[in-house]
Amino acid sequence: MNTDTPGQAGKGKRPPLIELRGVTKVYGTGQATVHALRGLDLFVEDGDFVAAMGPSGSGKSTCMNIVGCLDTPTEGGYLFRGVEVGRLSRDEQARLRRHYIGFVFQGFNLLGRTTALENVELPLLYRRTPVAERHNLAREALEAVGLTGFEKHTPAELSGGQQQRVAIARAIVTKPALILADEPTGNLDSALSREIMDLLTTFNRNLGITIVMVTHEADMAAYARRIVRFTDGLVEPDGKDGRKGGEP
Amino acid sequence: MYRETLVIALREIRRNVMRSFLTILGIIIGVSAVITMVTIGSGTTAKVTADISKLGSNLLTIRPGQMRGPGGASAGAEPFKYEDVKAIASEISMLEAVAPSSSATAVAVYGNENWSTTVMGTNNEYFKARDWNIPNGRQFADGELRSGKAVCIVGETVRRELFGGQDPVGSTIRIQKISCQVIGVLEAKGHSSFGSDQDDVVLMPLQTFQRRIAGSQDINRIYVSVEEDISTETAERDITLLLRERRRISPNEEENFSVMDMKDVAATLTGVTQVLTALLSAIAAVSLLVGGIGIMNIMLVSVTERTREIGIRLAIGALEQEVLTQFLVEAVVLSSFGGIFGIILAVIASFGLTRVLGVPYIMDPGIILIAFLFSAAVGVIFGYLPARKAARLNPIDALRYE
Repeated sequence: MNTDTPGQAGKGKRPPLIELRGVTKVYGTGQATVHALRGLDLFVEDGDFVAAMGPSGSGKSTCMNIVGCLDTPTEGGYLFRGVEVGRLSRDEQARLRRHYIGFVFQGFNLLGRTTALENVELPLLYRRTPVAERHNLAREALEAVGLTGFEKHTPAELSGGQQQRVAIARAIVTKPALILADEPTGNLDSALSREIMDLLTTFNRNLGITIVMVTHEADMAAYARRIVRFTDGLVEPDGKDGRKGGEP
Repeated sequence: MYRETLVIALREIRRNVMRSFLTILGIIIGVSAVITMVTIGSGTTAKVTADISKLGSNLLTIRPGQMRGPGGASAGAEPFKYEDVKAIASEISMLEAVAPSSSATAVAVYGNENWSTTVMGTNNEYFKARDWNIPNGRQFADGELRSGKAVCIVGETVRRELFGGQDPVGSTIRIQKISCQVIGVLEAKGHSSFGSDQDDVVLMPLQTFQRRIAGSQDINRIYVSVEEDISTETAERDITLLLRERRRISPNEEENFSVMDMKDVAATLTGVTQVLTALLSAIAAVSLLVGGIGIMNIMLVSVTERTREIGIRLAIGALEQEVLTQFLVEAVVLSSFGGIFGIILAVIASFGLTRVLGVPYIMDPGIILIAFLFSAAVGVIFGYLPARKAARLNPIDALRYE
């Protein structure tokens, strides 16, 4: 696994960041079988900002898990920058997440009773970044989300909006190629939601980080450059996959 | 990374101080019990060995009748005569001292004080055989031994009970019907390994005892000390052969006397002590096992409680191995704390207990090291299953866990 810093916008020649081809996902067996995805195709280019919308059970979350290398397709292929993720071992998938993907969750998912700074440092810890550099990068990331001065606060001492900003700082601290945001504003009121969306937009524009976001709210989806709609385990074609869709 | 893992483990332990303490209590008790048992055991062994050598080095005790264990009955057999003592002394070489002894229980009276003690008739060879000094006073004079004068040498216990703070030398005590002048006080020897008080004795010339107390020429015991560098086995064999001949025992008959080697007694007692120590330590070690199960239990609880945390770590890119290590380190740190506290407790407890039991305090650094390593190993063994459970969690399910 190479460890060069990804995240720069694609030059067009390299394979797309995300390439899902005929992906199906089946849970359970026999009577209890659930077809979460039914042959889904999706392409996301470097530097894009995609909002995934759709009703509950339409396969958004399953698709997110596969894109985030937390799960593998039952059938079909998922190529992350040309690498077939389904063939990777559990540890190789973990290394891929460690180096290329940042996660932002609806429930923030910060470590409790752990300071904001330490939460942000966590991904660097697993990357074996030296201590001094780790502190600096984490401070910069907190500064980038406007939380300078809150380094020593634990999640319990922060508001929901601040917690989500810590989570975003944790996602961007490694300058990943991709940020997966699963309803990042789901637990926040509209003013805070806009702050969060502004932050994500900034990182997408300034750092060229690709963002794939699941949301229920149309006004949040409006921040994205592209909206994909999920229904019954498939995405409605939005025309932007067309130029690649026909290729083998 | 290792430093961080350790820091995380210490933090988790500190977050649940009370729970952590209760978890390691089993280890603390196990480790301290094992160390304490071993320490008291080796102290007791050392004491037994020292006691036996205090009885006199290379000492053989000859009694009529067959010995049935230490202090066993010797009834029914013919006692020795003084001629037997002379024969042993003259016919067997390499003997340092051969002392006859005959004893009875009697009450010694001085002024208003009286004390029931053992009165023993013997000669000066006895002091040599038992390696016993008279720091205050003197041995028997030849004339006193020959004529059976009423003189005596008292043991420390008798001196204390009858004279209190006074110097007894020159005073006269009454034993049965005879008035006896005290000419010396024996050096204190304390209790023997069999539990009897060796200082509770009054010694007088053999003649005096036989004529005025026992009223017979019998000798109940002969103490023989063998010269250094000479094996007691050889002396024991020669004495046995000589006495068989003198007591006219036919070759196919069993002896009606016994020769007891103090070294054998010491070995037997030491062996018994060691077996007891091993047994008690093994029982104590069971609590280490129980302690290990306690750690496993609490680690499983911890893994369940921290399912979301594990999910976050896995999603962020922690490898299975890294999560496993984190929980394993936590278990080992926990159990090692138990080991350290157990060692501290054991040092204090065994110091106090050896004082109470009156045995020397011999702390073996080896057993401390073994106990510590063992407690750490308990953490590895019993922490592995919960740690593996944590590492194998599915990150998606773990993140969704409430």
